[in-house]
Amino acid sequence: MNMHDGIGYDLITAEILPGTKVLDLGCGDGLLLQKLQNTKQVIPYGVEISEDGVCQCVEKGLYCYQGDIDEGLADYKDNSFDYVILNQTLQITKRPAYVLQEMMRISKNAIVSFPNFGYLKTRLQLLIKGMMPKNVLLPYEWYETPNIHLLTIRDFQAFCTSNKYPVKKEYHFTMSSKGKSCQIRILPNILAQYGFFVLDGERYTNNRI
Amino acid sequence: MDSITASNNNSVGLVTTQYFTFDRFAFRSGKTLGPITLAYETYGTLNEEKNNAILIVHALSGSAHAAGKYSGQDKHPGWWDLYIGPGKPFDTNKYFIICSNVIGGCSGSTGPSSINPNTGKPYGLEFPMMTVQDMVNSQWYLIKHLGIKKLLSIAGGSLGGMQALKWAILYPEMVGSVMAIATSASLSAQGIALNEVGRQAIMNDPNWNGGNYYDSKGPDAGLSLARMIGHITYLSEKHMHEKFGRRFKEEDLSVASFKHVFMVESYLHYQGTKFVDRFDANSYLYITKAIDYFDLKKDYGTLHNAFADVLSNFLVISFTSDWLYPSSQSKEIVQALRANGKNVMYTDIETDMGHDTFLIDYDPLKRNISNFLMREFERMKKQ
Repeated sequence: MNMHDGIGYDLITAEILPGTKVLDLGCGDGLLLQKLQNTKQVIPYGVEISEDGVCQCVEKGLYCYQGDIDEGLADYKDNSFDYVILNQTLQITKRPAYVLQEMMRISKNAIVSFPNFGYLKTRLQLLIKGMMPKNVLLPYEWYETPNIHLLTIRDFQAFCTSNKYPVKKEYHFTMSSKGKSCQIRILPNILAQYGFFVLDGERYTNNRI
Repeated sequence: MDSITASNNNSVGLVTTQYFTFDRFAFRSGKTLGPITLAYETYGTLNEEKNNAILIVHALSGSAHAAGKYSGQDKHPGWWDLYIGPGKPFDTNKYFIICSNVIGGCSGSTGPSSINPNTGKPYGLEFPMMTVQDMVNSQWYLIKHLGIKKLLSIAGGSLGGMQALKWAILYPEMVGSVMAIATSASLSAQGIALNEVGRQAIMNDPNWNGGNYYDSKGPDAGLSLARMIGHITYLSEKHMHEKFGRRFKEEDLSVASFKHVFMVESYLHYQGTKFVDRFDANSYLYITKAIDYFDLKKDYGTLHNAFADVLSNFLVISFTSDWLYPSSQSKEIVQALRANGKNVMYTDIETDMGHDTFLIDYDPLKRNISNFLMREFERMKKQ
């Protein structure tokens, strides 16, 4: 997902504690993992669908395997990772509910960020223009988009509540014209361009046992 | 043709096969044999820290001669010459490369065609039934002999991949990393079936004579047929179509016979005939049987258990058009490693060339091997 390169990297980096074990689902060319390795000395792991992405991860020395995100998560033991990251990728997954459930199980923390379909400009594009919304986070034409499970921040909040996923932190952002993320504190489901959640996988998994 | 020119420019040059002999060897079957000789070649230089050694393990028909040439007139370089040499993925400017012929083989290592010191005659079928584990255990003696405590990496495709996996399981502290290419934790029933047809081709050749043919004409027709069957399995349907299509050698029905009408037929015959000159039929039987027996799931209960104690980092590579060792079998290995919390990279390389992709000049494969080794060497140097 080259269009999303860099989005949310600073937020994720700020969130992650040094020396931890991190799995990035849909890690692309491994830039985020490499950044985390260099700045936070994390032990990085990745999953990536494209052969080219994996090849670049191998070059960076990142342990990455080629496959669908939802493929093989079941292999990991409970709480195997400190963080599992799903950065701007949830809406692309074939089975988002399953992926989230597995993330909660295999990791102490699940970091999820996604484009907010409830964002004002997105709503207006549909309402006023009557056409499928497009913006920097949703750059595709309707006929070529990989986004098959679009959602809003409120959708995700409701989903976490109904699945009893403890939300540790949520803070939502809009991109400035320079591409910098600015936090939105009021009416995020209308004013934030993307949602950013940290879920407590450890508490969820331990409560289940 | 570029690759051939290039390989001449960065070849390891002239090489000689060396031989290491040790007194006795206990096979997994319980039988012991001795003395045992392993033929091996080395390329590059072992550094002072002895942390740059890579063991290359060959596939069914390979030998110790992985790179370079024996003489200036030698037309054929070693079997993995495209990958081994100065500036190549197995860069002999950086690494010390070792390749040995498997026990049971016929290219200098002790095998069924070797002389049994007790009888003065070739072992033939007296040679013990052997396994991939025996190949690995015998290589262990060689690595010890070379004074290497820990290998930077072990790399191999197909049967070579099986050996590499087994090495990591049997000698975890000696194996820094593993490159398992186009391989499997256990050959499929289809694979076993095809191997068996090959073996039957040999054993039904009257010249095979119960494996006792060393002072007469051997089962050339049978061995050649076995090789032809093998070659079909190493190529993909698409590649075969592109390479040969339905092109004729002789289209005119009035002169056509059952001999080599289509190009693909003459290709297979050529491969078969060429193979007979360099391979022993009994070795073919023993080695294919070892491939069939190989089963990490059965040996350790589950594949997960098999990898529980490995300490190596892994690069697992499959090829999308490989139907003999399909990608799903590599994924199985990757999953078991992952579930054990091991460090594993996996890529399913897009190719139309089938199982034999690892033997051809293929950039994606070269790049991954080269990058993986570079990073693993960095890690090893930090230890």
